[in-house]
Amino acid sequence: MTDSPDKTAAPALTVQMNPMLRFVASPAGRALIALALVILLGVIFHADGAFFKIGTHRDALRQASVFGILACGMTLVIITGGIDLAVGSVLALAAVVFATFTIHWGWTAWLAVPLVVLLGASCGAISGSLTAWFRIQPFIATLAMMVFARGLAKIASGGMKVSTAVPNDDGTYSYIPVPGVFRLIDSRVGDVLESWCGAFSEYLLSRIGGWFGDGLAWVFDAVEWIYVNCGIAFVCANVSVVTVIFLFCVALAWLLLARHRWGRQLYAIGGNEEAARLSGVPVRRAKIMAYAAAGLLAGVAGICQAAQEQQGDPEAGMAYELSAIAIVVIGGTNLMGGRGGIGLTLIGTLTIGYLEKVLSINAVPEASRLMLTGVIIVLAVLTQKRRR
Amino acid sequence: MPTESEQNVPPLVQMTGITKRFGHVTVLHEVSFDVRAGEVHVLAGENGAGKSTLIKILAGVHSDFEGAIEIEGKPVRPASPLEANALGVAVIHQELSLVPSMSVADNIFLGRSVTHGGFVSDRVQRDASRDLMARFGINVDVDQLVEDLPIATQQLIEIAKALSHEAKIIVMDEPTSALSAPEVEKLFGLIAQLKERGCGIVYISHKMEEIERIADRITVLRDGRFVGCDDASALPVRKIINWMVGRDIEQQFPRHTPGLGSERLRIEDFTVPGEGRHARPVVDGASLHVRAGEIVSLAGLQGSGASELLWGIFGARGRNDSGRVLLDGAPLAIRSPHHAISNGIALLTNDRKATGLVLSMSVIANAVMADLPRLSPLGLRSPAREMLAADRTAERLNLRAASLQMEVNELSGGNQQKVALAKWMQTEPKLLLLDEPTRGIDVGAKREVYQLMNDWTARGIAILMITSELPELLAMSDRIVVMHRGRITAHYTREEATADAIMEAAMGRQMETMSA
Repeated sequence: MTDSPDKTAAPALTVQMNPMLRFVASPAGRALIALALVILLGVIFHADGAFFKIGTHRDALRQASVFGILACGMTLVIITGGIDLAVGSVLALAAVVFATFTIHWGWTAWLAVPLVVLLGASCGAISGSLTAWFRIQPFIATLAMMVFARGLAKIASGGMKVSTAVPNDDGTYSYIPVPGVFRLIDSRVGDVLESWCGAFSEYLLSRIGGWFGDGLAWVFDAVEWIYVNCGIAFVCANVSVVTVIFLFCVALAWLLLARHRWGRQLYAIGGNEEAARLSGVPVRRAKIMAYAAAGLLAGVAGICQAAQEQQGDPEAGMAYELSAIAIVVIGGTNLMGGRGGIGLTLIGTLTIGYLEKVLSINAVPEASRLMLTGVIIVLAVLTQKRRR
Repeated sequence: MPTESEQNVPPLVQMTGITKRFGHVTVLHEVSFDVRAGEVHVLAGENGAGKSTLIKILAGVHSDFEGAIEIEGKPVRPASPLEANALGVAVIHQELSLVPSMSVADNIFLGRSVTHGGFVSDRVQRDASRDLMARFGINVDVDQLVEDLPIATQQLIEIAKALSHEAKIIVMDEPTSALSAPEVEKLFGLIAQLKERGCGIVYISHKMEEIERIADRITVLRDGRFVGCDDASALPVRKIINWMVGRDIEQQFPRHTPGLGSERLRIEDFTVPGEGRHARPVVDGASLHVRAGEIVSLAGLQGSGASELLWGIFGARGRNDSGRVLLDGAPLAIRSPHHAISNGIALLTNDRKATGLVLSMSVIANAVMADLPRLSPLGLRSPAREMLAADRTAERLNLRAASLQMEVNELSGGNQQKVALAKWMQTEPKLLLLDEPTRGIDVGAKREVYQLMNDWTARGIAILMITSELPELLAMSDRIVVMHRGRITAHYTREEATADAIMEAAMGRQMETMSA
């Protein structure tokens, strides 16, 4: 007897559970419970009310954003059953190259950003091709890319931080002004919106006169009133631009993963690669694109990192890949592939971000913080184990 | 029914009234089997007759069975392979159980290393292994890695390893499937040696010539039941085969052959290379054709190459440039499954869990997986459209699931099979390659699958099918092509085909009458 008899799983259990219980048992439910526990921790240990200040939350989100962007790409790769260890190094490479382009060479962001993002994507595509075509294990292929990209970042920067300080011949330093794009990324949404919209409306009003111009001015005033008095201004003033970039990446990755053919192919590959191949899924192409996407997002994260630090540091992003993996795992995406999603990774990002913040406002020393994070990763994964 | 007078010495092994169930499915009913010292006892039967299960019980793999086992008169109940080993039972499996990346000597002592204070004493192991190899005339350096040796040598090492346990009962499960003719001779020489030493040998084979040559006694199982046992000299080949296939074909399946259309598929001199360096081709120069509306079945026992032929046609074993493939009269070189699907070919594999379905995905996701390019023309998927498509196919296949959103691994086997079929119906194929379409599903679901096959052929779909169930084969096929070790050995129309004739051809007996 080669074929095993049918073992009917017990669907009755899942069917009979009430909706509340079913939600709690689902990956999203468990991830949300973990997040709620972390926030509860913040409410209890609020450090003299520091946890209730809006700035704390803004900071928590801003600091988690770069990791979150990396985790989005990591999710795509992990769903195929792979792993990408190179994202931290690619981030450093992107940061260094972006800083060189914008600070030293004075390139416009319109050119620098696409090029750097493309560079990140190429790094990913290379490690993806190594796994897809040469059947090198993802762990090894991306480990190689991790080391390689770090070296390339050091060569590109000459081993030094690429910053606005430029050495003169006499040993002193002169300072180049920080490029606008750095300020833009490092600012808050409110500032950007207000200055852009202000400039835009003034430009329009200066061009258009008469009764139409009057009407337009009235509309702008109304919009401004709503903006100021309905809390939008308050929210915008407290959301960093990097957080918006992160949320944009989340939305894009979600769209691709949940609504695009390619996303479905990634799940199929992670769930059963052979069945996927026999169903006509272009396994190699889909995999390479997953790694390329992870590299692309690492490029975006590198740009954000450079803007926040106002420099390109070849040592940046050390061990960030591990944080990204931790976020994905805490969210509940299965490391074996085939199960998970971007929504879970968003929750995971918030969980890790808030955990870091709660620990830091309570002045928990770095060493204990790391140990605690380790324990929490294990606990999170244990609760997410599928019961057999 | 022993023909010789019973000796007073108890047989080496006596298995009585063995019954084994997997869940609610009984795979062995009250089977009795015995092995005497110094004999080769052949265990014969179709695929799925229960041979392997019986052997696994003897080898301690399955310990939850009913019945009794005695070894040399002492009742035993091996609870693990290790225990069975200690009782003197050695099993040489079809799949090699050597560790490829370890040396010959290390493999022979695997699990029972000779150690001094926890450290393996290599020299002792190597010397002992060298002695063992010399004893069986295997010419090999014991320091070589197993993976660097030809398959045949690996097989001999596996046997030597089993014998180094001082086994009295040696079970060989299709030991010659990877061996060339001279190597088979060597193995038979070894078996003769073992018989002289008083070992009892259980030999499972699908090859008639081998059975005829080495069997002292033959036991036949069918559908998990004992059919007969007799001395080989008293058993003509016809009778063995009759025992293997001779069931009442109680269910007459309603095959309605439609008017046949034009030739849908023709392959000429199609060869599929084996995997590995020394492998012989798994399909060797096969030629056949299937017309629209026709069901052509490939019959064959394990190792016949029928599945590989289907995979080859589907492009699942990479690009194949051997021979010629014509689809609807036009030559076609299939490069990949993707390419095959876009040409209207579908392949239902014989293992839905390993190669058919993505168990972690929903019914809908599986049902539309092969048809994604058509359902999402610009890349963006539409859940509503997929739902509609899956719903329609599910209804046509009478698929019963609480919700189409549930994961496939929560469904019963029959419904899983229907999901796998739904995936292919969704692509609206012209040519269906079905590998064991009714494996592991219950009778009701089987009938439904047959009904579907009738409907599909009535719509002009051509079906090339593999089935190892003879009643199904005889009832549902318009034509039957029999394969043995990669070669086509016989063609029959449904009227000509008999179970005995098919089984003979499948066991490698060339047929006198070859009709196209």
